[in-house]
Amino acid sequence: MSMIEVKNLSKRFGDLEAVKGIFFEVAQGEIFGFLGPNGAGKSTSISMLATILSPTSGDAFVNGQSVLHNRNGVRASIGLVFQDPSLDDRLTAMENLRFHAQLYGVPKSEFKKRAQEVLELVDLSDRAQDLIRTFSGGMKRRLEIARGLIHYPRVLFLDEPTIGLDPQTRSHLWEYILRLKREKGMTIFMTTHYMNEAEYCDRIAIIDQGTIVALDTPAALKKRLGGDVVRMQSLNKEALVAELKRRYGTEVHVDGESVLIEVENGESFLPKLFQDLQTTIRSIELRKPTLDDVFLALTGRAIRAEEASSKDQFRQHARMRGLR
Amino acid sequence: MSIFLQTILTIWHRELIRYVRDRTRILTTFIQPLMFLAIFGVGLQSAFATQNSGFDFVQFMFPGIIAMNVMGVAFFSTVSTVWDREFGFLKEILVAPVPRSAIALGKTLGATSIASIQALILLALAPFLHLKIFFFQLPALLGVMLLLAFAISGLGLLISSRMRTTESFGLLMQVLVFPMFFLSGAFFPLTSVPSWMSVLAHINPLTYGVDGMRQILLRPTLDAAVLSRIELYTLSTDVLFLVGFSVGMVSLAVWAFDKKS
Ligand SMILES: Nc1ncnc2c1ncn2[C@@H]1O[C@H](COP(=O)(O)OP(=O)(O)OP(=O)(O)O)[C@@H](O)[C@H]1O
Ligand SMILES: [Mg+2]
Repeated sequence: MSMIEVKNLSKRFGDLEAVKGIFFEVAQGEIFGFLGPNGAGKSTSISMLATILSPTSGDAFVNGQSVLHNRNGVRASIGLVFQDPSLDDRLTAMENLRFHAQLYGVPKSEFKKRAQEVLELVDLSDRAQDLIRTFSGGMKRRLEIARGLIHYPRVLFLDEPTIGLDPQTRSHLWEYILRLKREKGMTIFMTTHYMNEAEYCDRIAIIDQGTIVALDTPAALKKRLGGDVVRMQSLNKEALVAELKRRYGTEVHVDGESVLIEVENGESFLPKLFQDLQTTIRSIELRKPTLDDVFLALTGRAIRAEEASSKDQFRQHARMRGLR
Repeated sequence: MSIFLQTILTIWHRELIRYVRDRTRILTTFIQPLMFLAIFGVGLQSAFATQNSGFDFVQFMFPGIIAMNVMGVAFFSTVSTVWDREFGFLKEILVAPVPRSAIALGKTLGATSIASIQALILLALAPFLHLKIFFFQLPALLGVMLLLAFAISGLGLLISSRMRTTESFGLLMQVLVFPMFFLSGAFFPLTSVPSWMSVLAHINPLTYGVDGMRQILLRPTLDAAVLSRIELYTLSTDVLFLVGFSVGMVSLAVWAFDKKS
């Protein structure tokens, strides 16, 4: 069954078409990722799916409910972690959770247990009674994630959930997300511009300038680029090129001092290569294609890591100041 | 409990928690009325001491100052929704599966409660100004206070639904709040002012709040003849206007909030 169904969804802000008629479906229990650079339209898409923005055209169904015609049905089915801060920093962590739980109809008798459960999960149990103003940026982020889970949503939307988190918390959070999927069958829709995070997803849509340019499993996307690349250096470059051509009948590229070939499966090829090779080599490197390469191949541009990270820093900074 | 009532209660509760925690805000809202009383009240008192108006100026101003305080607190408690928008919390509220109208009502009632609590505390000053207050006056006083607070909260929420940033707060203060304060009869009787001023004063909801509170508060202290010279309407007219204004404003605010989904 499709938990999310998106049909020709688009959003226009004045002259700017931020999302240009996208289609996709997400199955129940799937982790689905939106990967794209700044301004690609990721947050705009999430906002439309979560009924915060109304689409310019098209429709989408979340848990079978239309975002155009049954907003409250959609709202009751989802949990949402926004890209930007959204806690009340004059309230304590517990008060923020209670406010949320009451609006989502979590029974009073259940609240304590669930609050403990989600706070433990994000490792904030001992800060439950503290004001949010006294929290660090990462702690606020973790609490937002806890809040998004407390009403046991059918679909969880995470807009760049790991921004501002340290590596340890980041992997901790991923463990938990994977567990939610496994144990509760929760459907998870997330956006990111971190390639290594996209690898956790069952399927990824690569989005650029409001269009989905590719949609597949991470493995299949990488496979599109062909196989792994073996890069070698030798004092006798010409002999190496000749030998590789003769032995394996493949295309051989020369890049400066390096000699490159592409093989189906790098791990099993390397031992074989070592046995076969007559020409002496100085160094060897195996490179598996990354999603960066996929993005580069699809759009002709790299997802600029430095731009992303400076924006992250700004956001994290804004969070830490509490902006109030 | 129905979702509707639960939502109102949840939103209302948050407003009250925030109010109780904000010491500076509580303090400033008390300082302003005291300053007005001390500076204008005492200053004008001595300036007019020669004319025998038959009433004490500080006593005259006191009900108006309370009404002004109710208005200021109610207005800024709902206009502060713009802050929620700017700091992202409004998104958290708006994406919840609850009726928008309940959110709007919760906000309005929260502001109404806060404004009324402040006004009741200010009332404790009355004995120091040699005003007689009796318990039987309290229900009527509270009634007018709640009505005024409710009306102004509706106005504040309506304005906040049109505002995107907090930058225009200063402007709002200059073009709306101050004129409403000064043209409400809180500082001088409106019985003999030029007609342009009279027209403005009569569409100002605060005027009716001031007039109503003044009649209730000063009746035990002042001569009926003196009182009739400074009152604008009968108490029931004041109440009727405030009821009408509240219903209008709160409906508009709820509608504006509802539409913006
Ligand atoms: N409210 C708005 N008004 C006008 N333009 C907007 C608005 N929101 C987004 N945009 C524009 O729409 C485009 C897509 O923005 P969006 O926030 O969806 O990007 P994103 O993929 O989430 O980027 P990031 O990685 O920076 O979060 C951008 O060009 C942005 O400037
Ligand atoms: Mg975004």
